[in-house]
Amino acid sequence: MFPTPIEKTPRSWQLTYQSLLPLALVMWLLPLIAVAVFSVKPAVDFTQGNYWGLPSSFEMFNNYGQVFFNSDMPRYMLNSVLITVPTVIGAVALSCLAGFALGIYKFKSNIWVFFMFVAGNFVPFQILMVPVRDLTLDMGLYNTKTGLVLFHIAFQTGFCTLFMRNFIRALPIELVEAARVEGIAEWKIFWYVVIPLMKPAIAALSVLIFTFIWNDYFWAVVLTQGPESQPVTAGITSFNAQFRAAYHLMSAGSIVAALPPVLMFFLMQKHFIAGLTLGAVK
Amino acid sequence: MTAIDPTIAPAKSERGWYKRNEIAVTPWLFLAPAILFFAFYVIWPIYQSIAISFYDWDGLGEARFIGMDNYVELMDDSAFEVSLWNNLKWLLFYLLAIPGGLFIALFLNQTVTGIRIYKSLFFFPFVLSQVVVGLVFSWFYLPNEGLLNNILGFVGMGPINVLGDPTMATYGIIAAGLWPQTAYCMILYLTGLNAVDPEQIEAGRLDGAKGWKMLWYIIIPQLKPATFIAFVVTIIGALRSFDLISIMTNGGPFGQTRVLSFYMFEKALSEYGFRMGYGAAIAVVLFLIMLVFIAYFLWSMWSEEKGR
Repeated sequence: MFPTPIEKTPRSWQLTYQSLLPLALVMWLLPLIAVAVFSVKPAVDFTQGNYWGLPSSFEMFNNYGQVFFNSDMPRYMLNSVLITVPTVIGAVALSCLAGFALGIYKFKSNIWVFFMFVAGNFVPFQILMVPVRDLTLDMGLYNTKTGLVLFHIAFQTGFCTLFMRNFIRALPIELVEAARVEGIAEWKIFWYVVIPLMKPAIAALSVLIFTFIWNDYFWAVVLTQGPESQPVTAGITSFNAQFRAAYHLMSAGSIVAALPPVLMFFLMQKHFIAGLTLGAVK
Repeated sequence: MTAIDPTIAPAKSERGWYKRNEIAVTPWLFLAPAILFFAFYVIWPIYQSIAISFYDWDGLGEARFIGMDNYVELMDDSAFEVSLWNNLKWLLFYLLAIPGGLFIALFLNQTVTGIRIYKSLFFFPFVLSQVVVGLVFSWFYLPNEGLLNNILGFVGMGPINVLGDPTMATYGIIAAGLWPQTAYCMILYLTGLNAVDPEQIEAGRLDGAKGWKMLWYIIIPQLKPATFIAFVVTIIGALRSFDLISIMTNGGPFGQTRVLSFYMFEKALSEYGFRMGYGAAIAVVLFLIMLVFIAYFLWSMWSEEKGR
């Protein structure tokens, strides 16, 4: 193990390390801690310039209550859910199919189709912006959740296929070959042999895509406007315009907007990290 | 197309066409939906954007073909030049996330009690939306009330208005971007460090390798796959930077924090008017820059595939 395990180092360094850890963490999360403190302060603290002192009263329930019951926030959150969940299902489904095709079968153009997905996944959004916006307008899907979902599914399929294909490549191919010898139809091999083995990949990809899509801002701005279809990332800017300089409410709003992916991460940590670091180890 | 193994699907004449060609046809059936979606929303629009960049078009009326005029105009556009330089700064300084991530990973690669919670809390900024990161940091930087200036005041410096200063603003935004990006690189390296071969470390120790030497000659070479991914995601992230700029400065002050992705959006879709053709031309330039990196990434992946 590198660096040298702490148990094997002098006692003095052990103690230093133990005290350095929480200190480093607090410094690392300082901007966030500041926002969390802001979000429980009363409005009067900001007008009186008490930005960094202790809250003069604990207003957590008031502030978060305002966010939930007195703004468009719940609406934006609902929109985000309605955009994110279908995208996750769509992108994971498409990429299971495509990843199976690219991971199991050997055909001449295999690597080229694969590279098309990989390359497309790296493309800057801006080169797609004008045509995709136009396309969405033409289909009458501008400013709808469907328009956003369809695009997200298509774009995320690039990354998901890369992920699924590499995962399937690492599975024992003998299982598929054995099934073929038994004369089992290809789609049944997919459904009964490969899909059950792909469960960890599906879980990892779902949490990742959930986070990516929930946090998307660019496409939300390009393809939607107004509270009827905007997700929370775009909504928070109008929310902040509504509560300009009301730092306690803006902080509470930001924390609420950030919460779902954070919960997702802490609940599904193992899958999340396995997904992010696939390929980081040979 | 060649079947995996001809003995598996014997061509019996009484079987249907599909049965006879099952192995050859099935992959395309499985690929069809993904390829259709991807071609429609990603591949075709790239071509369209390139085409639009030769037109003068406001997005509604008739498009007028003007050849290379958009690109010629870009040459003299000082805002474009600023954006390009800023993109370069982003690329360069964003890469600091890689050594930063490695440093934190080395710091946290221990087995003391509670270390798992520390690791996840250090990683935590990556899960936040860039919008939230942008808001958090713009409050952190506030000229009078912000925490940064309070800390600076405490040690007798400042106050500075990071986001209001044309020379400092871009670096301020990059610093905000580095926060989640470093967390990402850290988790890659933590995973990589987990897989480092303990025997090689022992062998190195016996040969008298310690500290920096051990890190440089024994550990870092073994972390190559992690470094490669960190490099890919950081480059892509740097060139995609949009959210933070839009939230923190909206391109200001005096347009000094624009990057290509933001300037393109501004030209094509904001209150400054709908110049789709000009915006598309900027996007094409950005795309070409990215293409250099994409080609390199694909080439690396390809050599790896061949090596298997």
